[in-house]
Amino acid sequence: MCGIVGLLVKTPALREKLGELMVPMLIGMTERGPDSAGLAVFGNPLAESQRKISVYSGLTEDGADFNWLGLSHELKAHLGVPVGIEIKGNHAVLTFDVAPAIVKRWIAEHHPKLHILSTGRSIDLYKDIGTPAEVAARYDFSKLTGSHLVGHTRMATESAVTPDRAHPFTAGEDFCLVHNGSLSNPNGIRRMLEPRGIHFETDNDTEAACRFLEWRLREGDDLETALQKGFEELDGFFTFLMGTPDKLALIRDPFACKPAVVAETDDYVAIASEFRSLAHLPGIKHATVFEPAPEEMYVWNA
Amino acid sequence: MERLTFDLATQPLRELNTFLHNDAKDGKARHVTVLNPDGAHNIAVGLDCPVEVEIVGHAGYYAGGMNKSASVTITGSAGTGVAENMMSGKVHVKGFASNGAGASAHGGLLVIDGDAGLRCGISLKGGNIVVGGSVGSFSAFMAQAGRMVICGDAGDALGDSLYEAVLYVKGNVKSLGADAQYEPMTDEDIAAVASLLDQAGLDHDPKAFRRIASKRSLYHWNADANQEY
Repeated sequence: MCGIVGLLVKTPALREKLGELMVPMLIGMTERGPDSAGLAVFGNPLAESQRKISVYSGLTEDGADFNWLGLSHELKAHLGVPVGIEIKGNHAVLTFDVAPAIVKRWIAEHHPKLHILSTGRSIDLYKDIGTPAEVAARYDFSKLTGSHLVGHTRMATESAVTPDRAHPFTAGEDFCLVHNGSLSNPNGIRRMLEPRGIHFETDNDTEAACRFLEWRLREGDDLETALQKGFEELDGFFTFLMGTPDKLALIRDPFACKPAVVAETDDYVAIASEFRSLAHLPGIKHATVFEPAPEEMYVWNA
Repeated sequence: MERLTFDLATQPLRELNTFLHNDAKDGKARHVTVLNPDGAHNIAVGLDCPVEVEIVGHAGYYAGGMNKSASVTITGSAGTGVAENMMSGKVHVKGFASNGAGASAHGGLLVIDGDAGLRCGISLKGGNIVVGGSVGSFSAFMAQAGRMVICGDAGDALGDSLYEAVLYVKGNVKSLGADAQYEPMTDEDIAAVASLLDQAGLDHDPKAFRRIASKRSLYHWNADANQEY
């Protein structure tokens, strides 16, 4: 079991309240996923040449006491360009004006235990072990702002309970995916992608789906075409919720083995595994509530 | 007390279910209204007295499960397994129902005004199900006894491996499952559909329905079938 939540606000004023609206959604899915939680939030993109990475220090010896400022100074000295940093305990967002591969390579060489959570111009990503309420408090989720987000509460079945195996998973830039279910052919997908130079970080089945879809997008497929190929190649049970800088997308396997419910008003589109995560939303009593059909694509624009 | 209201925003679900199992059975209320269900699981499960329960809003998993004698109405939608294993009485969902609605119901009547998800009436054992909208794939899988009336369409593999349950469909059927077949509507079938529609409060022409029942070719092992069904 696992819980997924997604929220896309249509009313610009609600962007300031994105985190506040989402926290009860995430906590509502605690019974479905008590061991880890995470979310990816999409906001206004950085300038064309800039990139940001979300970095997790929980796997280093210093954990939440990691010397982030020291890291940003070292990076600045190495790159010769300013590095912006926002720190939340064992998590930091680094912003810079060089190719992210250079930064990531430097981090891998000098701080191999730092875990890069996401890369892009719009995405910030947080994930850690603990109950959804603990993880939400750890990173001040209620203060997050942005246009849309994708969240997950995990009850691990396919791989160990560790921060890097929590969801969302990311691949490439500004793409993330959360999964409720279990795939039966993740290793086949992996064996197909690895010879193409696609590197995996964990043994988690969801990572295979994430890297497969991101690979299709990078190869030039639009989101709908990539999802169609996902239906053809990914075998197993899934409700997938995906985020890109301007879209939120949902698909369910043909047997609809894993639940999903959508509530839509003039102000927002909210998605959750179960209605109990939507019940607190403003205007929910007058929302259009429906269950997304199996093997259909649902794509909402931010 | 004739009527009583439970507000699940302030009262624990267990208080409601304990009341329905004990006090309602002792005749302390004939009508119970449940406010703010907010998708909670197991609302009004295991009832076994003729109490009327109205759930105002959306119910979570297994609402009205194992129902006996009671009449449960859900004004919003119902999650997975509504009226699962119902024995008697009535469960009425005014919105849509998720997967496995009325699964293995032995008796009683389940009415869903909207659509039902996949596997509606799976392993039905004698209950009746009337769906005002459409049903998802694999509905009535291995249904053994009872009847399903579907006013809208049906998804793939309707009635796969049917036993003696009978299905009536007004709309399109995407595909029939193994061993299910269309059969002519008799006067008895038309009367049965008319009666179930009447009990469900739905207005359709009973003659517009098609009957689906088992070919019974899977009842006996056929060594020559070569795994082709």
